[in-house]
Amino acid sequence: MYKKMYLLRFTKDNIDQPLICDLVKKYNLDFNILRADIFMQQDGVMILELSGPRKNVQAGLKYLKKYEVKVETMATVIKRDDEKCFQCGACTGRCSTGALSIKRPEMAVIFDPEKCTGCGLCVPVCPVQAMHISLDKSVRLDYQRIKYNEPAKEEVTVTEIN
Amino acid sequence: MNKHKINKTYAEINARIKAGEAVVVTAEEMTKIVRREGRVKAAARVDVVTTGTFSPMCSSGMFFNFGQTTPTIKAAEVWLNNVSSYAGLAAVDAYIGATEPCGDDPLNKVYPGSCRYGGGHVIEDLLNGKKVFLKATAYGTDCYPNHLLEKEITLDDLSSALLCNPRNCYQNYNCAINLSDKTIHTYMGTIKSQGRSANYCSAGELSPLLNDPLYKTIGLGTRIFLGGGIGYVTWQGTQHNPGGARAKNGTPLTPAGTLMVQGDLKQMEPGWLKGVSIQGYGCSLAVGLGIPIPVLNEEMAGYTGVSDAELFTQIIDYAYDYSNRISRNYGEVSYAELKSGSIEVNGRQVPTAPLSSVVKAREIAETLKEWIMKGDFFLQEPVQLLPDGQE
Ligand code: SF4
Ligand code: SF4
Repeated sequence: MYKKMYLLRFTKDNIDQPLICDLVKKYNLDFNILRADIFMQQDGVMILELSGPRKNVQAGLKYLKKYEVKVETMATVIKRDDEKCFQCGACTGRCSTGALSIKRPEMAVIFDPEKCTGCGLCVPVCPVQAMHISLDKSVRLDYQRIKYNEPAKEEVTVTEIN
Repeated sequence: MNKHKINKTYAEINARIKAGEAVVVTAEEMTKIVRREGRVKAAARVDVVTTGTFSPMCSSGMFFNFGQTTPTIKAAEVWLNNVSSYAGLAAVDAYIGATEPCGDDPLNKVYPGSCRYGGGHVIEDLLNGKKVFLKATAYGTDCYPNHLLEKEITLDDLSSALLCNPRNCYQNYNCAINLSDKTIHTYMGTIKSQGRSANYCSAGELSPLLNDPLYKTIGLGTRIFLGGGIGYVTWQGTQHNPGGARAKNGTPLTPAGTLMVQGDLKQMEPGWLKGVSIQGYGCSLAVGLGIPIPVLNEEMAGYTGVSDAELFTQIIDYAYDYSNRISRNYGEVSYAELKSGSIEVNGRQVPTAPLSSVVKAREIAETLKEWIMKGDFFLQEPVQLLPDGQE
């Protein structure tokens, strides 16, 4: 199972095509739209998470490119709010990379961003919403620029998965 | 003739606390002391053992009185931040429960629901000094003509705010697995399918009722650490079930005793009560709770000296067995095994994840120890002990 976030840029010419629907029908992919700004007869951007067998994801992306949708991969940044975290350990049951782990015998819950792949699985299981997922800063600024046609003034968290 | 070699009374221990001479240790420290010195020596030396636990505890809530309006109101329905509160008590008294969701929460319509805000969060917001929106509606009477009250309030505006938790501090709890083919979302957290993960929820050797398994010192009136302030045990909790199977050391092998606890929210501390959202299940309140246990004799030294390796629980399937009330288990495991990060179920190694914070439990036990050593906190002998289920 392969899962990744992508930023799609549509143009006036392809924006009215049922492309996302085709990803499901033709390539058997699951998708989760995290943000979309699409208007008829204008350019548009969409942030979506695709999941399915790696081969299908690749074929699906190729299909999008055929219609001249520009596809960029999207890095995510996971952060832990240490004020909120009460060190329960629930998240360690979801994290498969070891980025969230328990230090024994103290039973302290350690977060190592180096090991984190940004899968986001820990976000919804944290009972106090201490784990935050946001988009990588460079993309974030870029996205702001697209949307408002001007450089972003401050850092904004574009999305949060849950 | 006394059956114990060491005998101390509450009054003697309190006198030692007052004189600044009491020897106070945490339950983790006591485990080592008893192992090293034996029960009698430990009882002679140690006066009080402090315990702690910090985890989601459903069956929590708060009684509050929001004061009268002009003209007066007899509130029939009450909301705090759009979380419905029970108002069928009196004119301006109500009770908000920790698991009550916010009025516009989609719940599990989009499964699994994230249940972001509920009664537990309201209590936390109040404790943290935040403003909360109060709405009350009424049908109007001659003595209470007002129909509607809407205003922002803080904890200071409430004329009383009594944390009153009918069931907290479960003595032991199940270890949850999921033998179905899909991930399940339960009050025991998210559990992977086909028995590939196991969740558990107890502070183990730090947990209050596991250090006084037969309720010999914890009863009505016991003064405790509650939400960073002082609270009291006011009854046995609902579902208090002391009669189940127990190990030789007296500790239960299944969920057993529970406590009802109360305390004035106004003297509690931010950080020790946290609204929690359990994906696909709902809201609740994580409660920080600690109980001091007097070492009255070597028997109590033995109880408080218990270690994770001597505390056991049952592995229960939450996909089918739990909801269909089938009493079946997939083995018995110790808290030492659970805390090691992996247990054996059906001959296979399964990773475990805790839901109860040992780090915070330890902090509570340490805080309580400090309070007692400084002479700020004295032990209260219970006016009545809890049912212990023994013949
Ligand atoms: S985002 Fe994924 S890899 Fe990173 S900490 Fe959370 S669960 Fe682990
Ligand atoms: S689940 Fe949340 S509160 Fe618990 S240890 Fe992980 S990040 Fe901290």
